[in-house]
Amino acid sequence: MNRRQFLKIAGASTVLGLGGASAVNGFRLGVPAAARMSLDPRALTAKRWGFVVDVSRLRTEEDYQKCIDACHNIHNVPTFKNDLQHEVKWIWKENFEATFPGTEHEYMNAEFKEKKFLVFCNHCKEPACVRVCPTKATFKREDGIVMQDMHRCIGCRFCMAACPFGARSFNYLDPRGKNPDGSPLIRVQSQTYPTRTIGVVEKCIACYERLAIGQQPACVEASNGAILFGDLEDPNSEVRKVIGEKYTVRRKPELGTQPSIYYVIGGSEHA
Amino acid sequence: MLEKALVGSKRYWTWIFVLLGIIGVAFLTYLQQLKYGLSITGLSRDVSWGFYIAQFTFLVGVAASAVMLVIPYYLHDYKKFGKIVILGEFLAIASVTMCMLFILADMGQPMRVMNVILHPTPNSVMFWDAVVLSGYLFINLVVGWTTLGAERKSVPPPTWVKPLIYLSVPWAVSIHTVTAFLYAGLPGRHLWLTAIMAARFLASAFAAGPALLIMLVMFVRRVSKFDAGTEAIQSLAKIVTYAMCANVFFFLLEVFTATYSNIPGHMAPLKYLFFGLDGHNALVPWMWTAAVLAFMGIGLLVNPLTRKNEKVLPIALLAVFISAWIDKGMGLVIGGFIPNMFERVTEYTPTGREIMITIGVYAIGSLVLTVLYKIAIAVKESTAGEASHH
Amino acid sequence: MYNGGKIIAGLAVFLAFFLFPFYYNLGKANARPELKTDTPAIREWAQKYGKKECVESKDFMRAEHMQLLNDWRDSVVRDGNRIYTNAEGRHHLMSLQNTCLNCHSNKKEFCDKCHNYMAVKPYCFNCHVEPKENKS
Repeated sequence: MNRRQFLKIAGASTVLGLGGASAVNGFRLGVPAAARMSLDPRALTAKRWGFVVDVSRLRTEEDYQKCIDACHNIHNVPTFKNDLQHEVKWIWKENFEATFPGTEHEYMNAEFKEKKFLVFCNHCKEPACVRVCPTKATFKREDGIVMQDMHRCIGCRFCMAACPFGARSFNYLDPRGKNPDGSPLIRVQSQTYPTRTIGVVEKCIACYERLAIGQQPACVEASNGAILFGDLEDPNSEVRKVIGEKYTVRRKPELGTQPSIYYVIGGSEHA
Repeated sequence: MLEKALVGSKRYWTWIFVLLGIIGVAFLTYLQQLKYGLSITGLSRDVSWGFYIAQFTFLVGVAASAVMLVIPYYLHDYKKFGKIVILGEFLAIASVTMCMLFILADMGQPMRVMNVILHPTPNSVMFWDAVVLSGYLFINLVVGWTTLGAERKSVPPPTWVKPLIYLSVPWAVSIHTVTAFLYAGLPGRHLWLTAIMAARFLASAFAAGPALLIMLVMFVRRVSKFDAGTEAIQSLAKIVTYAMCANVFFFLLEVFTATYSNIPGHMAPLKYLFFGLDGHNALVPWMWTAAVLAFMGIGLLVNPLTRKNEKVLPIALLAVFISAWIDKGMGLVIGGFIPNMFERVTEYTPTGREIMITIGVYAIGSLVLTVLYKIAIAVKESTAGEASHH
Repeated sequence: MYNGGKIIAGLAVFLAFFLFPFYYNLGKANARPELKTDTPAIREWAQKYGKKECVESKDFMRAEHMQLLNDWRDSVVRDGNRIYTNAEGRHHLMSLQNTCLNCHSNKKEFCDKCHNYMAVKPYCFNCHVEPKENKS
């Protein structure tokens, strides 16, 4: 064997050795073999979670704000004063025209035109954001929730370009920072839920952490019946009953993302 | 061969140190971005991609355009390109390097970039873009270095490099196609949702890339003994001419479909770009400049008298290059986000720091290009010298 | 050897740099950190069960807690799991903020002490909220 051959063999075996070692590491589990990880028995489960938002039941400014605050407070969502450019929001108000672009018309009655809708992540059945994410940081769970793994997000913002509903926010600033007037961006810090870090994308995650221990999403609980939550695949669920009885619409259905939020617009007396 | 980049005139070293200085300042600015996040840019919740991604998109085209030399030379045995094909490949290397840096500069969490490899996701176009771009960089490095090394020793390049050269042809098309797919497959972004996007990208790339290359070749001729030859320059100029015509034609197709169909969503971004929307018109002067330059460039290039005039030619090429840069490096990416998903207009202007980082990346690209061209030209000068001695 | 002097000088400079951390720290006392596990929650646990114990054995946790937390994270975020059944069959809620830091509410005297000693900077707490008593 000459020197050249020796180096070739030595090089190849080093590469193989390293590859072998990393393969073993990849399969090594951090928990002992005898340990198990499982669902909490209290967890709420479904085939496909969905929401019904009945805006006729949201009457006062306070009705909306209660839902928004419930969500934003427990999830440490920062509130930006006057800095709309860098705003982070999970659930918020939009008027009819912004919620359902293209469906407004010049003769629409003023009540509809001014009516506010609560918008948040649609947890689409065919989510465009999941399709484009290069790291599976955003992914669809088996129960239909479109999750965001803030640990894995690289902040490329492809999902923000892909989402047709503007549901996603990027942390341009450190959410633990302050407004120009010195007030903290996170008004009341929840001790039980993390904040986010600079440079990741976030959005509504359908309170997966509450479902896991048997609680309804925070906005649903605060909405006094205006937002319903349930299994869209279960014909006996409350959401399906409402969808079956009333005329409901979804945002931008023509794009085929199959949103899981159904809006009741007309109010029960017109239905 | 790298040692050839270490000997040069005073002008060469001044240029190198100017570039290093710019890179240094830009790096300090980037450290600020690492600390304060992308809030130091003009980006927003509504316009979430801007200058960085637009430069990336534009430069993928410049990189892909090397194929406009490779095809004639290697597939059609067009010998006139023999002297400059290496310059095209080295331009591709510098461009892909800049592309990767722009992606990195745009990331919110750049230290997590390896997640793309750790969690490979074939359904994401971004994943494929990473794959094809690194592959293209690798191919051009190997091909460029090997063929130049062979030329230095005055021997034909090794046979194993031929398949790689042929592979580089579809690969070049793939990098710009995949980059177009980043945009063209997104629901709800009307400006981008068009089947002709990849074709438009390639046309604009094959205009802007070779235009830059000709300008570089003409510059090299002035500062060194290396002359690519008038015929090579003229052939390349014809490629620029046809590609730019196709580019403008494709764009007009977009305008027709949007306006004749009269669908508001499709018209809105074009309206914003060329006339302004809801009183917002930051890009209007830029887009009209691009339009005027495009037609001016085409006019000067189509006419053989002006194209063959080596005083007018650089002006025509510069017009084409700037026009394509405005179209892709500003209009296309930013226009896609306006109006936003709620039919409102949030405008975007890059900040000073954002522009500084952008200039820094271009400086790194220029440094890579300078070093590579220095080596290539030194090799060519010495082999030419030997040839004349024999 | 061509340029022998230059090569040897170069090697000397390299070695001087390379060995800098070693002679810089030479002779400095660098006692290993003593971690405190004296918190109200741990005292309560010890009183109730007669001994201090973590979700897994002390040795395992010392060596593997980072890997365990990685696995917890993926299981919680990606699979919706919440319950950890350890090697002994005992159940724990998988949560850095609500389980780990509930007992180890003295983050400065526990997590930070060792991490500082080892000069590792985990980014857990860029997002996860530190216990209140640690805030100054």
